[in-house]
Amino acid sequence: QGGGSAVIDMENMDDTSGSSFEDMGEMHQRMKEEEEEEAEGEAGAGEEEDGEFLGMKGLRGQLGRQVADQMWQAGKRQASRAFSLYANIDILRPYFDVEPAQVRARLLESMIPVKMINFPQKIAGELYGPLMLVFTLVAILLHGMKTSDTIIREGTLMGTAIGTCFGYWLGVSSFMYFLAYLCNAQITMVQMLSLLGYGLFGHCITLFITYNIHFHSLFYIFWLVVGGLSTLRMVAVLVSRTVGHTQRLILCGTLAALHMLFLLYLHFAYHKVVEGILDTLEGPNMPPFQRVARDIPVVSNAVLNTTAKAIALTL
Amino acid sequence: FPGLADVSISQDIPVEGEITVPVGSHSPDEDYSTLDEPVRDTIMRDLKAVGKKFVHVMYPRKSSALLRDWDLWGPLVLCVSLALMLQGGSADSKDDGGPQFAEVFVIIWFGAVVITLNSKLLGGTISFFQSLCVLGYCVLPLTVAMLVCRLVLLAGSGTISFIIRLIVVVAMFGWSTLASTAFLADSQPPNRKALVVYPIFLFYFVISWMILTFTPQ
Repeated sequence: QGGGSAVIDMENMDDTSGSSFEDMGEMHQRMKEEEEEEAEGEAGAGEEEDGEFLGMKGLRGQLGRQVADQMWQAGKRQASRAFSLYANIDILRPYFDVEPAQVRARLLESMIPVKMINFPQKIAGELYGPLMLVFTLVAILLHGMKTSDTIIREGTLMGTAIGTCFGYWLGVSSFMYFLAYLCNAQITMVQMLSLLGYGLFGHCITLFITYNIHFHSLFYIFWLVVGGLSTLRMVAVLVSRTVGHTQRLILCGTLAALHMLFLLYLHFAYHKVVEGILDTLEGPNMPPFQRVARDIPVVSNAVLNTTAKAIALTL
Repeated sequence: FPGLADVSISQDIPVEGEITVPVGSHSPDEDYSTLDEPVRDTIMRDLKAVGKKFVHVMYPRKSSALLRDWDLWGPLVLCVSLALMLQGGSADSKDDGGPQFAEVFVIIWFGAVVITLNSKLLGGTISFFQSLCVLGYCVLPLTVAMLVCRLVLLAGSGTISFIIRLIVVVAMFGWSTLASTAFLADSQPPNRKALVVYPIFLFYFVISWMILTFTPQ
């Protein structure tokens, strides 16, 4: 198995595809240590001999031989490192083997809950779509943060956006995979990543629309409908792959909660500053629910002007 | 691997070799003779090469000069100048809402690396550094847009200036995307061009967004 072939056996993709390179790494380490011991032993013996009776020519020859050995080993190490780097890219190649039509179909399917939950539903183990969706979400989040004039004290806008989105995708996928392992669900890590990634399509649509049209009721409708549809789809697929009521409940409850709460968090975390400005301008007597709507019917000119200036500043 | 354990080279054979870059087009004769020329000649030759690539980006034709003699000087210069211009005077202001130098730098290079990896994974025939070179050079229209935006902002920051900036940035964004797809999409299998173009679109969109929302403090 240490042959390091770039051809992946599709059946065992999820479990053992990484270990052959770890084996190779270990083998190289062992070989290097053995050779270093040999070289040290040789150097010790060689120097003693040279010191005794071989003279200058023998010493130079021995040193030359060791330098050549070191260079050979350095070159070999470089080559094997480069090979394992390229081979690592080849590990990911099967997951990017998609056509645009397939990606489009899967994006649309991610919003349609399946009806048949007694038969395990097929999940495509593909990483191109989810990765592009995460990057799109990062871009939309940046747009939202800019238009709501978010101020990040300890960090940068871009860092926060990337960290949030990738953290959610990778972190929640790992957590759900762990739960699925506990609940004996038939799903692999790549499939979990893919499922959750495609679930972000609903988030992207919702945030894209509600970051531009700031009505809270609109957001809640989108949250329920779009978020709900994509959650239902993910939940249905998971349910079809799990046996037992308690396990299904645990898995699906956790996934639904995390998915919907993430959308809520993304919306509210980056609208805080705008709401803060409106709060301070309108005084303490307004009930909280009315404060957040943008279409305020009767306000003083000063408030209108200040709000308009604030909006113009963000542009 | 067990056969390599007892490799030894005898004392008379010196270890020598040649490190050649597979895509470089310099013959060994050229390399030896450029060591003796004055520094000015070397610099002028490199500057001319960079300038020629700039022209190729501004008028994207299907020439392979950008791909064949890739170099990363142009992208470095463009990236540094864009990052310097985008740095929003945040040394004395409290809110660090503007992108810092390091942020822009990292976005451009990290984004370029991700797009390159993506296009290689989708079965592209272009090499890693060639792709980096093309993506870096195609930031040129956006750097020009940033310059124009800064000049427009010197005049004022009302709605008219915003509309002018919007038009300029959108035009340059389109130009960048078209230029880079003209070079990169050819190296993909024909039915997957859309999969490669989308991340490039997103990458230049993020940079354009940073340029458009730049406000000097």
